[in-house]
Amino acid sequence: MTIELKKLTKRFGTLTAVDAIDLNVGDGEVLCLLGPSGCGKTTTLRMVAGLEFATEGDVLLAGKRVNDLAPRDRNVAMSFQFYALYPSLTVAENLAYPLYAEKLSAAEISKRVAQVSKTLQLDGILKRTPGQLAEGEKQRVAVGRSIIRDPKCFLFDEPLSRLDVQLREEMRGEIKEVLQDLSRPTVIVTHDQLEALTMADRIAVMRDGRIEQVDTPHNVFQRPSNLFVAGFIGTPQMNLVPATLKGSDGAGIAEFAFDGGQALKIQVDPAVSQLSPGAKVTLGIRPRNLEICQDPVEDSLSTKIDMVEPMGAETLAHMNDGYRDLRVVTDWRVPLAEGDHVHLRFPPGVTHIFTEDEQVLRSAT
Amino acid sequence: MARKHREIGKAGWGYTAVASVIGFIYFFPVFWIILTAFKTRTDALAVPPKLIFTPTFDNFVSVFYRASITTGTSQATDMGLYFFNSIFIAFTSVGLALIVGTLAAYAFSRYPLRGNDTYLFIILTTRMMPPIVVIIPIFLMFRLSGLAGSYWGIIFLYTAFNIPFSVWLVKSFFDELNPEIEDAARMDGATERRVFFGFCIPQILAGLSATFVFGLILTWNEFLFALLLTGVETRTVPVAMARTLGGEVGVDYGLLAAIVTLFLIPIFFVTFLLQNQLLRGVTFGTVKK
Repeated sequence: MTIELKKLTKRFGTLTAVDAIDLNVGDGEVLCLLGPSGCGKTTTLRMVAGLEFATEGDVLLAGKRVNDLAPRDRNVAMSFQFYALYPSLTVAENLAYPLYAEKLSAAEISKRVAQVSKTLQLDGILKRTPGQLAEGEKQRVAVGRSIIRDPKCFLFDEPLSRLDVQLREEMRGEIKEVLQDLSRPTVIVTHDQLEALTMADRIAVMRDGRIEQVDTPHNVFQRPSNLFVAGFIGTPQMNLVPATLKGSDGAGIAEFAFDGGQALKIQVDPAVSQLSPGAKVTLGIRPRNLEICQDPVEDSLSTKIDMVEPMGAETLAHMNDGYRDLRVVTDWRVPLAEGDHVHLRFPPGVTHIFTEDEQVLRSAT
Repeated sequence: MARKHREIGKAGWGYTAVASVIGFIYFFPVFWIILTAFKTRTDALAVPPKLIFTPTFDNFVSVFYRASITTGTSQATDMGLYFFNSIFIAFTSVGLALIVGTLAAYAFSRYPLRGNDTYLFIILTTRMMPPIVVIIPIFLMFRLSGLAGSYWGIIFLYTAFNIPFSVWLVKSFFDELNPEIEDAARMDGATERRVFFGFCIPQILAGLSATFVFGLILTWNEFLFALLLTGVETRTVPVAMARTLGGEVGVDYGLLAAIVTLFLIPIFFVTFLLQNQLLRGVTFGTVKK
């Protein structure tokens, strides 16, 4: 079973919420739609569910076009951001509700309810109503109600956004475990990159109704395909520094000039040789990849420590040399003092180059 | 929805006393009319007014049976019919208005039209002028269509009068609901009809009760249109009440008070029945979370 989206588009009046996206979710695959608020990820999910009609394009479930089917005829399970538990029904009745529509026998229904409540540890609260539940319990009931059937696919809208940090970590693990057992295509909408990175098999990063990149969590993080993904994924944010290419040797050693007169000779992707000297680029490097050294070397920039933020095991330092801000994360033992002059080394092979059209410059692997 | 129970007497004796005095002042006219219903004609007109007197049920009897002035024999009045008319007309029209209003409110809330607010505004404009302004055209329409004097005519009119109010009030209750619950029901296999009747309506029962009672009170006491548009057979109690005024023996205050007292009972009963729902209904959004 699969989910396929073909040129799927949704317009609300003049606003294009989802702009001709193509996406495939394979059997048993967990795909996260990740993006900032208002990027169209929930609208996309609702179109798969049948709660919104597509303006253009097709939704295919298990190879069949379902554009014109009502939600109840699509056999899709969905869990909602605010849980959407039925307020007047007990937990057990909430769990059983989707099964009534399938006209199962009472014995079969109670068997399945028992099964799900065991998986999600709901046994103690089956007789309560949603008003009497804690947030974490509501979340588990909502998940339970969506997995109790045997649908073609699962959809989760911001499943963890209402939980506090500790519960969120716990539920992340639980949901991941449950999803692995189900082996159905699953789409999770989230704006929390940690959630996406930990739960997904693949992540689709969305912006303004378009998909910017679809890849494994590892690749989205390590090999961002454009400036937006590079800046959006990872905390603290990747350093993005405008520079001008001075020249390269064809093997990936390139020299860049920066505003303020500093220059840098570093090893980057060999594809840099496609650019002619004088090209404007943006260099991207993660704060954890930068190294602090005391003496200048040819692949370092000199700068000044502006602010130091201890983060426990690591320290986040904000650098500023009067032209650009750089963020550096180091081990907490490295002594850093605000106002100190330091040199930041760009180690070989970790700097991404983005051309003027914001796309990454990378040779095929 | 863990609602805290109010602590009885928390406000203290001072506030309770002030509230009682104000409450008494407001309730006094009602109290006095009920008292008058049990007085003889002499007691009712006594100066200074009497608080202590021998109660009598004569007035209540003469609401339904009255001695004829010419023959002296006891005759049935039509007041029973008028009470039936009042109850039938008010409940039917407010009920109809609530049904139509609820359906319209759901549509306005969930499937907004282009220019939704304009339509809502237009609906409300029908209640912006004093009713007396439209009485001539309505009277002519009723004459021409033959609706004058019929049950359906007056029910139709009251329904039309109650719909704007129902739409606006009920829409605010629908707006308060979390639409995700409806979506969840759709995902779980419910039809649109089931979503509406099984999930939306039960959640706003309190609001519907409040709307019903407010509409009922307005309609129950309506006089002007009833006076002009009901016939002998369909006359409502407020009109009948007015007709007991005057006459060759002057105003029979005892009789009038007895009719009013009886007239209070149905509405009092309904309001009392729905009281708990009412309190929840009018404070819907504030106590929900």
